[in-house]
Amino acid sequence: MSTDRRTMMKATGATLGAAAFARALAPLTEWTEDLSVEGFLQRHYKELSRDDMAAVLRRIEDQTREEYGASVHVEDVRPTPGVQFAYALNLSVCIGCRRCAKACHEENNHDRATNNSYIRVLEMSNGSLDLEHGNALYDHEVPAPGKFYMPVQCHQCDNAPCVKVCPVEATWKESDGIVVVDYDWCIGCRYCEAACPYHARRFNWTKPEIPAEEINPEQAYLSNRIRPQGVMEKCTFCLHRTRKGRLPACLEACPTGARVFGNLADPDSEIRWVLENKRVFVLKEDLGTQPRFFYFFDE
Amino acid sequence: MTKRLLALVLLAAVVGCDHGFADPSREFGPAVPDDASLHPVEVHVPTTLGVADTPLVDGQGRPIGVRCATCHGPEPTLSWAAEEGAPTTFHEAVDLRHGDLSCFACHVESDRTKLHLADGTPLELRDAMTLCAQCHGVQVRDYDRGSHGGMNGYWDRRRGPRDRNHCVTCHAPHAPSYGSVLPVHPPRDRYLEAPTAPGSHAEGGH
Repeated sequence: MSTDRRTMMKATGATLGAAAFARALAPLTEWTEDLSVEGFLQRHYKELSRDDMAAVLRRIEDQTREEYGASVHVEDVRPTPGVQFAYALNLSVCIGCRRCAKACHEENNHDRATNNSYIRVLEMSNGSLDLEHGNALYDHEVPAPGKFYMPVQCHQCDNAPCVKVCPVEATWKESDGIVVVDYDWCIGCRYCEAACPYHARRFNWTKPEIPAEEINPEQAYLSNRIRPQGVMEKCTFCLHRTRKGRLPACLEACPTGARVFGNLADPDSEIRWVLENKRVFVLKEDLGTQPRFFYFFDE
Repeated sequence: MTKRLLALVLLAAVVGCDHGFADPSREFGPAVPDDASLHPVEVHVPTTLGVADTPLVDGQGRPIGVRCATCHGPEPTLSWAAEEGAPTTFHEAVDLRHGDLSCFACHVESDRTKLHLADGTPLELRDAMTLCAQCHGVQVRDYDRGSHGGMNGYWDRRRGPRDRNHCVTCHAPHAPSYGSVLPVHPPRDRYLEAPTAPGSHAEGGH
């Protein structure tokens, strides 16, 4: 009797267990074109071998061709030894034209409908650095009298709050100073968005929509490849360009030369000259985030 | 108790440590040799140099320019136009708002295809930056250090060349003050796009 009872209990348990397991896996049966089996089973970025990575890149290229009709080249662009990136922006000459935001939008394959960009330009009143009163929605001739303009993007902090709060290590700081996101590892909890004191992270509420002919085909895994729905994204100082020695897209688009970019580790670099000779400050210094993004004034 | 504490400390160490790459060779890209020769910096010379805008416009509303050398200089094609009493149409569009400077503070009176420095040394139009530098030393210093005037191309000149603007690319020499523009690319964040009918908030909830 007792044996029968045990057998029955085991059978019931197994059935219930199987049912629960099937129930738990039910969402996976709703796999659509947005998530392939390979994508779901993919390991963390840092755990991939070179061959794994190559396969992942080809998969992303195939998916982009399938879903967007665009033929793109996705690379895993890694830091150059001896390079420490930093950026500086001259508030004395920025006129608030927002061409940097537009260049970012196009370079980084942002969703067209939302005009998304990693750069938010704030119109500020002279004599104030109160971000609460910065206006990003100005729509008049610039520069307006009594105003100055402050573009804000990811500060690539050395002590980054966004990295600390990530529960799954989907975002981290790389050896050249860039804070990156593995879009295939991100679970979309948006803790990092809440933690960032510069409001620099963006969430993909929808699947980005971009016409095939507008897609920038030069892409990198950690930067401007088209992001899936439901993941965080952020400025990477255009690492797909800058790690190959090129200037970021926002700098090239700036009509006033307000932006200075370069290698902190090179004592002869433009960025070092600015930091050593201009009146430089960082935003919300009191928070101890230690940004790699600096603002400065002319004398 | 001690054992439990030790386990906690160990766990914290494991959780807190920064995970490296499974394949360390993936961590860095190719190094750039320190002794690599530097690619050049090219200053873009604007096509507007040596061309005067006239009050006339073309079919698309753009001002029609006339080369200075058409009337002035050693071999003018319209030499009569530079003679006394000739129409001065070509100079009417020159809007001189550059301090208290007069024409011949910069232009050579006897050869209008050339400029001259304060000490009288003649200068080709494409070298106008040297002329600007006489008065705008701070800007020249900043330009030379890469924090004025912008650039295109490579931050790392070991890996590629760089293009730079000429002073005149951004500052019209006769009216150099940088003008105002209309901003592009307004933000359309989703939270900005929730249109609420006037009064709907008060009627809806309370």
